[in-house]
Amino acid sequence: MKFLRDQVDKLKPTFSEGGKLSFLHSTFDAFETFLFVPNHTTQNGSHIRDGIDLKRTMFIVVIALVPALLFGMWNVGHQQSLALTGTDGDLAGNFWVGLLQTLPIIIVSYAVGLGIEMGFAQFRGHAVNEGFLVTGMLIPLVMPPDVPLWMVALATAFAVVIGKEVFGGTGMNLLNPALTARMFLYIGYPSSMSGDSVWAALPEGASTVDAYSGATALGNLASASSAGEGWNSSLLQGASIMPSFLGNIQGSIGETSVVAILIGAVILVAAGVGSWKIMASTFLGGLFMGWIFNVLGGNGAWMDIPSFYHLIIGGFAFGAVFMATDPVSAAQTETGKWVYGFLIGVITVLIRVFNPGYPEGIMMAILLMNVFAPLIDYYVVQSNIKTRLKRVQA
Amino acid sequence: MGKNVKIKRGLDIVLEGQPENKVYNVTAPATFAIKPKDFKGLIPKLLVKQGDEVKAGDCLFTDKGNSSICFTSPVSGEIAEIVRGDRRAILEVKILADLEMSYKLFDTSGFSSKSRDEIKNLMLEAGLWPFIVQRPFGVLADTDVSPKAIHVSGFDSAPLAPDLNISLQGEEFNLKVGFEVLKMLTDGTVHLNLHTKKDKNVYSQVSGVEINTFEGPHPSGLVGVQINQLDPINKGDVVWTIKPQHVAFIGKFFSTGNLNLEQTIAIGGSEFNTPGYYKSRVGASVGNMLSGSLKQDNIRVISGNVLTGSKIAQDGYLGFSDNQLSIIPEGDQYELLGWLVPSYPRPTLSPSLPISRFLKKTFRVNTNPHGEPRAYVVTGQYEKVMPMDIMPQQLVKAVLAKDLELMENLGIYEVIEEDMALCEFVCTSKISVQQVLSEGLELMAEES
Repeated sequence: MKFLRDQVDKLKPTFSEGGKLSFLHSTFDAFETFLFVPNHTTQNGSHIRDGIDLKRTMFIVVIALVPALLFGMWNVGHQQSLALTGTDGDLAGNFWVGLLQTLPIIIVSYAVGLGIEMGFAQFRGHAVNEGFLVTGMLIPLVMPPDVPLWMVALATAFAVVIGKEVFGGTGMNLLNPALTARMFLYIGYPSSMSGDSVWAALPEGASTVDAYSGATALGNLASASSAGEGWNSSLLQGASIMPSFLGNIQGSIGETSVVAILIGAVILVAAGVGSWKIMASTFLGGLFMGWIFNVLGGNGAWMDIPSFYHLIIGGFAFGAVFMATDPVSAAQTETGKWVYGFLIGVITVLIRVFNPGYPEGIMMAILLMNVFAPLIDYYVVQSNIKTRLKRVQA
Repeated sequence: MGKNVKIKRGLDIVLEGQPENKVYNVTAPATFAIKPKDFKGLIPKLLVKQGDEVKAGDCLFTDKGNSSICFTSPVSGEIAEIVRGDRRAILEVKILADLEMSYKLFDTSGFSSKSRDEIKNLMLEAGLWPFIVQRPFGVLADTDVSPKAIHVSGFDSAPLAPDLNISLQGEEFNLKVGFEVLKMLTDGTVHLNLHTKKDKNVYSQVSGVEINTFEGPHPSGLVGVQINQLDPINKGDVVWTIKPQHVAFIGKFFSTGNLNLEQTIAIGGSEFNTPGYYKSRVGASVGNMLSGSLKQDNIRVISGNVLTGSKIAQDGYLGFSDNQLSIIPEGDQYELLGWLVPSYPRPTLSPSLPISRFLKKTFRVNTNPHGEPRAYVVTGQYEKVMPMDIMPQQLVKAVLAKDLELMENLGIYEVIEEDMALCEFVCTSKISVQQVLSEGLELMAEES
């Protein structure tokens, strides 16, 4: 430790004000504080402080994403194998293929995002905020495996600059940056983000086996609904509930496995980092709205699919656990969190059922509720204010 | 009949070096000091100069805004020095104490038949008035109001806090008299808020006040929390608070006619060899109590508790209202990857540090903030340690935005800095909550 510290201290003047590389001050500072918690001491107010900080908080979210990431890597290889040969492929081989496909996306996302963040930090004279550690991992996980790298770069840049920095950086943004990135690509390049051909990463020019279908459950359900067909479980990939739960199906890199996502949810909740209120209420909202449609009944698979299926297909679980719980863009009051999550669940199902053109609703629902979260908070705060005013009159 | 309240939200931070149940007598220190900065909003107007002789109870300075409020000498002796800081602001009025104390005599005989104004004037003249804290804003009490209520918290729940049953032992009669005086100052109720389970013998002679009981983790012993639970402060209300040890001073003053500010203070903390109770006096130099008992030199001496106290030098002076010293190590060391793998246990509310949170029970805590200040990201954290009907994070944000109306609506009249000290402790973004709130309170006080 002493040796390392000496090295850092030796480099420090070069990057400090007046040094040759002082234009990289924020970047140096970010690396230094990553390596060493600073030797500052409290100067006013409480002399002692909690051991938790933003670095640790963000790092825990990244840890919680690891199960979904690892499973996603395997699944990318698995899906390629299914498409090319019709076989399952072996574990190591699938993982290797997935790693080669996924790693560049992750690297591009971090490189572009952190680069911009460090530039902004330097420009503003701020410290580099840790928020992008999480965003940089979320972006690859919500991309289809076959996404071109330049799109990842473009979307990341858009999300960081327009989604976050123009509002003032981490903590100030209105929308979830990772979903902003996905939304940007969905609107700008829809053919690369949805449809039947984007869910398996295939080598250039390769052709799929005849029996291969690239359709996801969401796609199947949407086309069945528009054709007026009712629900039956063959619409799910693998034609049963288990694959949707385990996740060996097509979808964005990190979103398919409900099991891996639930492991992440347990980590987030146990560490006190993710809001269990938002997760629970999102699931409840989805369940409730699905049930309403079941009761109403009607023609179409989306109307009569048993409501718990809503929670395990598509990106619902991933959105509920990792996206809706982003504390900055979510509701910030405790009561507000219940309302916010519940409405995300409800709107997700509404979009799925009523908008056949775009079968997945969770992204839209979360972004929409991001926009409404301050309003929800406003009403919660008003109710506190009203109680106080009532006390005066009494 | 008083209420019984169970506080659920909060946090007990248990630190190494709890004061042991033992009272030490140390030789009286040579110097004492009164520090104008201990009083919020005070602009001192000096009445003495270096070399003047004073008796215990003689006025040293008054408040420019209200010259009837005297700040008096706790001892008899000679004015040794007037320490000034930036722009000649008075930092300390130091007094070299006589070996034999001589007291200024006040006519307090038959106080119970005196009028409210006479009582007030005696308290003002003797320098007892500044012990009263007025809410909203936590400022010096207005001399011409009758508060809606006077609240006294009969126990202290802060880290390393003294057990008042030990530090106030022998003060039973003084407390009784003190509370009688307090009752004469208000048309409203005098509340004495006690711990449900802890021993309350020292208050056994007190009568005629509303006794409420509280239990639960810190901040259950904070008078602000208690007021919020019992009879919250609304716009336009004026409420006074005073600590029990100061009630005892008032009692002693009115039963003897002398200003005798002797008190028993607690000294604790991991860097102090003999944590326990020490006979001392308001404004005393702490040097002789600490010398020889410190484990090392790189320490922070805090007058008050670790959450709200003020940093003083190793030979500094006890704060005017403090009855506690906390001695903890400084945290000015780099920690390799400390945010990821903490190298020693530290108090926390976060289950993400499971060893510190669930296994370790007492901590050797230092002054490192364990992270750098950031914008607000995490939510729902302050609420866990804020047992008041207040939305803490929204209030802090309203202050940051200088939105006076919102601050008022969110209940800024009900809190002072100490009430939100735990919020500052738990903050992931390391926001200086108390400082922010202090600026907000100042702003509101100016406007109203």
